[in-house]
Amino acid sequence: MATTAPPAAVASLLLRAQPRDRGRQFADLVATGLVIVSAVVGVLVLVAILAYVAINGLPALNFAFFTERPLPPGEVGGGVAPAIVGTLMMLATAGLIGVPIGIGTAIYLAEYGRGGFARTVSFIVDLIAGLPSIVIGVFVWAWLVRSVVGHFNGLAGGVALAIVVIPIVTRTVEETLRLVPDPLREASLALGTPRWKTIMRIVLPTARAGIMTGVVLSLARAGGETAPLLLTALGNQFFSLDLLQPMAALPVQIYNYARAPYPDWQVKAWGGALILIVLIAALSGLSRWILTRRFGRT
Amino acid sequence: MLTTADEGLDDRSLIHGRGGGDTGDRIFHALVLIAAAIIPLTLAGIVVLLLLDALPALSRYGFGFLASSTWDPVTEKFGAAAYVFGTVVTSLIALILATPIGVACALFIAEYAPRRLGEPVGFLIALLAAIPSIIYGLWGFFILAPAMRSAVEPFLKNTLGNVPVIGALFSGPAVGRDLLVAGVILAIMILPTITTVSREILRAVPNTQREGMLALGATRCETIQKAVLPYARSGIAGAAILGLARALGETMAVTMVIGNSSTQIRASLFTPGYTLASAIANQFTEADKAIYFSAIVELALVLLLVAGAMNVVARLLVWSVARGPVGSATRAG
Amino acid sequence: MIGVQVPRETPVTTPPAAETESGPEPRVVVRDLNAWYGTHQAIARISLDIAAKHVTAIIGPSGCGKSTFIRCLNRMHEVTPTARAQGSVELDGVNIYAPAVDPVRVRRVVGMVFQKPNPFPMMTIFDNVVAGLLLNGQYRRGEIDTLAEQALRQAALWDEVKDVWKKASGASLSGGQQQRLCIARTLAVRPEIILMDEPCSALDPIATYRIEELIGQLKEEFTIAIVTHNMQQASRVSDYTAFMLAEEDRIGRLVEFGPTSKIFTNPTERRTEDYITGRFG
Repeated sequence: MATTAPPAAVASLLLRAQPRDRGRQFADLVATGLVIVSAVVGVLVLVAILAYVAINGLPALNFAFFTERPLPPGEVGGGVAPAIVGTLMMLATAGLIGVPIGIGTAIYLAEYGRGGFARTVSFIVDLIAGLPSIVIGVFVWAWLVRSVVGHFNGLAGGVALAIVVIPIVTRTVEETLRLVPDPLREASLALGTPRWKTIMRIVLPTARAGIMTGVVLSLARAGGETAPLLLTALGNQFFSLDLLQPMAALPVQIYNYARAPYPDWQVKAWGGALILIVLIAALSGLSRWILTRRFGRT
Repeated sequence: MLTTADEGLDDRSLIHGRGGGDTGDRIFHALVLIAAAIIPLTLAGIVVLLLLDALPALSRYGFGFLASSTWDPVTEKFGAAAYVFGTVVTSLIALILATPIGVACALFIAEYAPRRLGEPVGFLIALLAAIPSIIYGLWGFFILAPAMRSAVEPFLKNTLGNVPVIGALFSGPAVGRDLLVAGVILAIMILPTITTVSREILRAVPNTQREGMLALGATRCETIQKAVLPYARSGIAGAAILGLARALGETMAVTMVIGNSSTQIRASLFTPGYTLASAIANQFTEADKAIYFSAIVELALVLLLVAGAMNVVARLLVWSVARGPVGSATRAG
Repeated sequence: MIGVQVPRETPVTTPPAAETESGPEPRVVVRDLNAWYGTHQAIARISLDIAAKHVTAIIGPSGCGKSTFIRCLNRMHEVTPTARAQGSVELDGVNIYAPAVDPVRVRRVVGMVFQKPNPFPMMTIFDNVVAGLLLNGQYRRGEIDTLAEQALRQAALWDEVKDVWKKASGASLSGGQQQRLCIARTLAVRPEIILMDEPCSALDPIATYRIEELIGQLKEEFTIAIVTHNMQQASRVSDYTAFMLAEEDRIGRLVEFGPTSKIFTNPTERRTEDYITGRFG
């Protein structure tokens, strides 16, 4: 059996690098370098995208841009007002439809569901979350555009966005509800409060911040969706508040502006993109603010 | 008020699980049950409606639909092979580019950087996921594509284009609207997914594994390479597949840079093409015949099945390492 | 024999010279060792000698800093974010905290066995044992199987795994076997010192007994330092014992250090006696 090395060998081992060690140290250095470079690349790409949107989009922003409708091709001027209105209307529709369903499902999963059905629902929520949004567009087209209404309409757009909203709301609200400690429920039930009142009066309010965050984030996500709207709301050059008619939306308007060969329209596409980014940033910032404000208090 | 007679064997079922005899309780329970039931109903609706609408094309073209690359509305010959090819190629490019960089970013955040640096970097990279697809399309169309056409693609052509076998990938005129550019844009889009999920996976690797390897006299690189990554292997594979699933379904960004013109399958990455998603988006409003519609819906059906299957596989992989379902980590925001 | 007493608040005195027949040489000389987690100081001015080819036990109530101390001896303490150590830990005359010394090399020479057995589950038993060897490259071609077998024999695990060692995963063994695998893995790189941080606390009594037996055999070749919260184990297994304690300031200090027999039968410090007799901790 080999004996341990004499002291002098140990001392030299500690103080001087062996040849093989140099290779290992070098590999360690290279690995560290590569990892740092990757992180830098990731952040730089983000900055590049946001910077270009800001720089190219700012020139387009003027009062007319926010208040007027798009003009026919070739004419200079006009704006994206119908698109902004349309986006807001369809987001509101999506919220009205999707948020109650999402919260209801979340309550079911967190408070009631115990068996196979609950597990299936949970699994399907994740499935729908991962569906390409164009597929959702085809579905809503087949259901609402072709059969029920007969032509492209804003309601179908809202429904398509609702399908995007539901899985996000369900997931975040479910997680938040699970975080509410059981002793809170137990105390309420022990006092004789019915189950449903316990949930509505105690559990949901406690989870208020997380619920609002989930809702806001889902709307931020839905607001940027284009593909499903191409097949449902289609887009509209004119002001319209009629959900049963084609409706404009900001992402769709950006798409239409971007594809045109007119430089003026291309600048407007960037302008629309800037507004969209700001909208999404505002919503995300709002959700963060809700969270910190609540935590700050409790 | 509370009936303990029926369901539930443990204490928690008094608080969760079916219970409650009060009328208000019954109504409430019914309401949330309806909400929850809408979920599988929606999925069923999607599958059924898509199937029904694709049926004419399915029965007429059969499996040849995926094998033939002829897509001609006039003669009513529909073959999706070119679209499948485009989808596969662009997604593969995205995967090959984004996985190493994404895992490296995750390593940076989880293993190398101190918390005060890692958290903000993680947040910034996750922000990439919040940028809508259309804006990626815009940026790709106006900024990336010209850069690719004038600098990157000629460079690749002059260097790798001369290498024997691989050279075929980089042949032909570099127009800047092709499979390669689409692949690069997709890579940027799936980077945050891979990074965020991998980061969670790395966090789930027990510290005792790292310590065990370090105590044997390993450098940090060796510890990660021999103890951390092998342990996290299947989770990272799951992260990659989740990224892939996302890439398959991306529509707008791809549509704007992929060319949408050729249905020929060629070896070069510099050829324009379609993906399943971009084909649907482009042609949907132009379809005038029933069979044309049906063919497009069949494309959507294929997309649905493939993306769905990938999601399932990916979540199983990720779950096996992190020992808990991965929910909102893969979503934007 | 070496004994150092450190009364609170007084400076360290150099240890008296060896006094008995076979006065063992100190292998590791610790002087004024301090360690922090962020701004909180965990241990202060620890000084003691670890005798060559003997077992030195570190005992004390939870939170007294004994794990922190032992992790400083192979520079594992600083792996924790914001953790740092300062002081002198001399191994054969070289201070392992000297700027010229790479912690990676220290850990090759000072091995560690952890509280919870941590075999690498993605590797076979064989791969686990040779993991350290492959890193350091300290073997000749064709020798590796022999070296692995030697290590497993020395860890008293060979007979139990020799049929499956290249097929079964490291995690497929029982708790006690896993810990012996971790010991074999440490032995394979032939360290000078073996540190053990409560190696038996996650094991059942029979597995514990086998490891204690193993320690008795290993000390013929290696210098061992073991942290344990089990006083009976310390008295069974060790030749020297150090008692550490953290007072109200939550900073761990060395209260008494000496031959195990003396510490357990006739301790000098009142606090040591209180701990030994179970009045606290």
